[in-house]
Amino acid sequence: MNVLATGQTPLTISIAAAVASLLLLLVVFELIRSRRLRERYALLWLLTGLVLLALSLWRGGLNTMAGWFGVQTYPPAVLFAVALLFVLAVLLHYSTVISKLADQNVVLAQRLALVELELSARGAPTPAQLLEPDAAGAPETPVT
Amino acid sequence: MRKVAIVPAFDEQGAIGGVIDEIAAFDPTIDVLVVDDASGDATAAVAVSHGATVLRLPFNLGIGGAVQAGFRYAAKYDYDIAMRVDGDGQHDPSEFASLLDVVLAGDADICVGSRFAGTDGFRSSAARRVGIRILARTVSMLTGQRVTDTTSGFQVLNRRAVELFAEDYPHDYPEVEAAVMVHKHRLRLVEVPVRMRERVVGRSSIRGARTFYYMAKVMLAILIGSLRRRATPLEER
Repeated sequence: MNVLATGQTPLTISIAAAVASLLLLLVVFELIRSRRLRERYALLWLLTGLVLLALSLWRGGLNTMAGWFGVQTYPPAVLFAVALLFVLAVLLHYSTVISKLADQNVVLAQRLALVELELSARGAPTPAQLLEPDAAGAPETPVT
Repeated sequence: MRKVAIVPAFDEQGAIGGVIDEIAAFDPTIDVLVVDDASGDATAAVAVSHGATVLRLPFNLGIGGAVQAGFRYAAKYDYDIAMRVDGDGQHDPSEFASLLDVVLAGDADICVGSRFAGTDGFRSSAARRVGIRILARTVSMLTGQRVTDTTSGFQVLNRRAVELFAEDYPHDYPEVEAAVMVHKHRLRLVEVPVRMRERVVGRSSIRGARTFYYMAKVMLAILIGSLRRRATPLEER
């Protein structure tokens, strides 16, 4: 008997995993459709859903892959591993997105402060003063 | 020769007035820019009443972001010299004279007042001293130049250094990384011994267990920063 001979994936697991992958894909599609998720951030999620769906349906492939990695008793473990890998990739991607947003936020705050200072130096009310005309003693805002 | 003093301040209503007065006493021709890092107290009002220009950040950016805002101001309004002094009163603006001499003589693009490069007059907790020592060693190693105080916010910078930092300045614990950046951009950094006072009012932003967090973050930043390729010297851009 081959040392690397693997067990078989139970059918119920394949069905459950396929349903879960389909649900993930559906939710992602709906989020894109309703404009709550930008396409560029959705791509990784779609890829995740598609790969998991493929591995759930293609039972022979999952068993073979389990063999490659020496998973002998329980092939669906490979499914978990792949899912975990994709989730890590998505999280890392988000960390880069957050870092970029934070950097842009700093630049925006600095430029806003400089613009406000310049406006007040020219005697014009700054946006902050327009919001609270009494507090900062700004000129009356025109009433239309 | 137009000079601006950049004073980052966060909740320093008790100390900021004195700092501004001391700068004016040192040289009344210096424009004082207080960068109010979204203080919750009357820092901005006190600074204005002492004759400073106040740049008010809409929300707290931390020391790096506040100082960089000051550099952007200095670059935008064409100042020849920027002087950095902390808003908590631990620096004595009369010590600016020796730093200014170095920069005006053209011997450095950035001159840093160091607590350890000679005279004493500064005592700090043991943990902080060790931390500062480790950082100084690391920076010295990376830049091939002896640096004794990488955490000093008491500096004089010429136009070239201001333009560099207006574009790109580190965030959290900026002086350490800035020392490495300066080296990579082939600007000249010179340290001059200065005395510093104990904090009179307020508390240091870095204390206790957070010291270790900052150490780890800064070490990561300078080690990776030294591997960064982007460091194109300014004149070659």
